[in-house]
Amino acid sequence: EVDLEERLCELDLRSDSDIPDVPPPTDSTPEILKRALSGLSARWKNWWIRGILTLAMISGFFLIIYLGSFMLMLLVLSIQVKCYHEIITIGYRVYHSYDLPWFRSLSWYFLLCVNYFFYGETVADYFATFVQRREQLQFLIRYHRFISFALYLTGFCMFVLSLVKKHYRLQFYMFAWTHVTLLITVTQSHLVIQNLFEGMIWFLVPISSVICNDITAYIFGFFFGRTPLIKLSPKKTWEGFIGGFFSTVVFGFIFSYFLAQHQYFVCPVEYNSETNRFVTECEPSELFQMKKYSLPPLLQAVLGWETVNMYPFQMHSFALSTFASLIGPFGGFFASGFKRAFKIKDFADTIPGHGGIMDRFDCQYLMATFVHVYITSFIRGPNPSKLLKQLLILQPEQQLSVYKTLKSHLVEKGILQPSLRG
Amino acid sequence: LQESESETRLDGETASDSESKSEFGGSSPVPTSDDTPEVLNRALSNLSSRWKNWWVRGILTLAMITFFFIIIYLGPMVLMTIVMCVQIKCFHEIITIGYNVYHSYDLPWFRTLSWYFLLCVNYFFYGETVTDYFFTLVQREEPLRILSKYHRFISFALYLTGFCMFVLSLVKKHYRLQFYMFGWTHVTLLIVVTQSHLIIHNLFEGMIWFIVPISCVICNDIMAYMFGFFFGRTPLIKLSPKKTWEGFIGGFFSTVLFGLLLSYVMSGYRCFTCPVEFNNDTNSFTVDCEPSELFQLQEYNIPVVLQSVVGWKTVRMYPFQIHSIALSTFASLIGPFGGFFASGFKRAFKIKDFANTIPGHGGIMDRFDCQYLMATFVNVYIASFIRGPNPSKLIQQFLTLRPDQQLHIFNTLKAHLVDRGILGSLEDA
Repeated sequence: EVDLEERLCELDLRSDSDIPDVPPPTDSTPEILKRALSGLSARWKNWWIRGILTLAMISGFFLIIYLGSFMLMLLVLSIQVKCYHEIITIGYRVYHSYDLPWFRSLSWYFLLCVNYFFYGETVADYFATFVQRREQLQFLIRYHRFISFALYLTGFCMFVLSLVKKHYRLQFYMFAWTHVTLLITVTQSHLVIQNLFEGMIWFLVPISSVICNDITAYIFGFFFGRTPLIKLSPKKTWEGFIGGFFSTVVFGFIFSYFLAQHQYFVCPVEYNSETNRFVTECEPSELFQMKKYSLPPLLQAVLGWETVNMYPFQMHSFALSTFASLIGPFGGFFASGFKRAFKIKDFADTIPGHGGIMDRFDCQYLMATFVHVYITSFIRGPNPSKLLKQLLILQPEQQLSVYKTLKSHLVEKGILQPSLRG
Repeated sequence: LQESESETRLDGETASDSESKSEFGGSSPVPTSDDTPEVLNRALSNLSSRWKNWWVRGILTLAMITFFFIIIYLGPMVLMTIVMCVQIKCFHEIITIGYNVYHSYDLPWFRTLSWYFLLCVNYFFYGETVTDYFFTLVQREEPLRILSKYHRFISFALYLTGFCMFVLSLVKKHYRLQFYMFGWTHVTLLIVVTQSHLIIHNLFEGMIWFIVPISCVICNDIMAYMFGFFFGRTPLIKLSPKKTWEGFIGGFFSTVLFGLLLSYVMSGYRCFTCPVEFNNDTNSFTVDCEPSELFQLQEYNIPVVLQSVVGWKTVRMYPFQIHSIALSTFASLIGPFGGFFASGFKRAFKIKDFANTIPGHGGIMDRFDCQYLMATFVNVYIASFIRGPNPSKLIQQFLTLRPDQQLHIFNTLKAHLVDRGILGSLEDA
């Protein structure tokens, strides 16, 4: 016990090769599959398991899309909680710190606080009408930041009070580990939900592009792979990378074409306070209305057409697919490096043949942030309902002066007729 | 001196191995180098080492306080620059500790990457601030306008570049170290840069929101030390054996009193109470305005209990002084947890001080450890209780919306104003 701290110090400072490997994870494949595949060799058996689980996950994905926005949000939340749990568990194992006082409770408490903060902000924006009607919620919304900060501070003070003499370093490590994990998992999940509210297409196309890139890069690598891409992941090849890039762009293009036709995918998700449900109904914005584009002369010669009918969104899908193929893999390399650093093969054993949830979502990290930044920079301006909420909080004199400024601006632009009253 | 410690380490042996497990974990047998200027050394050469230390600390404390006043006098621009410098120095101190702990001077790229991330995060935060407060200036200059319009995208792209460079820099035997340093850098950025950014926000609200909180924390530090010195008996927390309950409670009451008095004095001057604004014509900062309600004297009825004690029925106070009670209370009760956190951190990594920058006091971080939570608290306090959103920022956002959205918002606002009777339904006020 006394030597634990010293041993860990030495552990930290030696190079990675001195640290023994974690024993391989247990096989969690269901019995059914095992019996069905008992005839095949180990290599093909593994391939079949991966294939079946891939199909199972994709079907699950389609099912949930069909079930609607609310189920999707719940799914995102569950995935976030599971990812957090996986990373924290790794931290515990690495530091043998199951018996640190309070630490598990504190980690989950911080997860709760940060989620409360983020979801409180979202709820206030999107459920404005629902919230206006209820007094208690009004109070919570108005002082939301203060309440969130107070909750976080409580956790911080509990951490300080829980510092135990021989375990300071471990406890600080776990504190930092928790915070970095929160930064990665909770902010991403929150951004994914914000993208979802913009329209399900902004949720589906990025995620599908990343999955498609994963699968096609693997297939291209399997058949044509020769030149290794990066030392971190020896199985990746340049052929896979480039093949994956082109296939993903084409896939994104075609997939967007199909999705852009349905209001269900294209419209911002709104909460209807009368029916107490989410609705996706609207006039499709310009992005989702067919336009004629003139092909550049180069492509004209190749394809034989002069113009093509496309949705403007498909141009944006280029950007999304390109990011998914070129930069998304860096998220995967980061996770690979992380696994090598801590000598683990997979994040967990949740999905047979694939590893943990984090193993499936490692390339998605950067994608969600990119899509969110892309939307706020290039697609839409600030959120109108959030703006309205802030306007209504202002002092009466400020509201009046803002009203006058807005009115003069609208009149100037001809959006409002100057002679109308009321 | 910590650098030479690391260089003389034998293989497998660390600095921590040679230390005893005494209660004050930072008991490295090698004393920190003496940074005291020669002048002071000679002047104090007669005194015993304990009194000498006390005098050095005292003189440096006075020097820092004087410096603080000079900077306040010089104005907001200088203050912002100083906050920026303090932030960079704190970041440097913490990163250096990380390097020392992990002996990772020779990791490829890592120093460059840490400073690069600092630059990115600062660019992001200061870009947002500049866009908000210097709106008209930004709109006039074409390059600035584009930078501000796509600010988030540019910041994200810069950050991603750093992220990809990190992934490409991973070296086979050092993965763990590199991930540690990556995590260390990010947590440090989270602590140091966000705090400094929030301090600047508070500063723009009015210099009084910058000066009163910082002074309360400093006062609490000094008062708690004095009360502890003279009356201290019951230890407060195992982490910091020198702190006592007497010091804690005495510091609390003195800080509240100090806050009340300081706020009273400062509320009378416009240069402290007015929001800092950037004047586009003169291209400088101005603090000129009609003082808000918070800074106008009002009569308050003293509760009956205090009336008999104090002998007055009513008292004239600034409403801000009531807020100062909240600020001082936070500075005295919760602020010290920032200090305990830093103490725990120093014990965890077996260091006595963050650095040797200030003779007698240690590093910049040692002085600013209690301020961390204070800046965030003041910012959240202002946003929740004092002012609402910034009207000019709202107008800016409004102007970027689509016409149908603008019309919708305008009509809703109008209906709301008519509803509240602020706007007559038939006439435009």
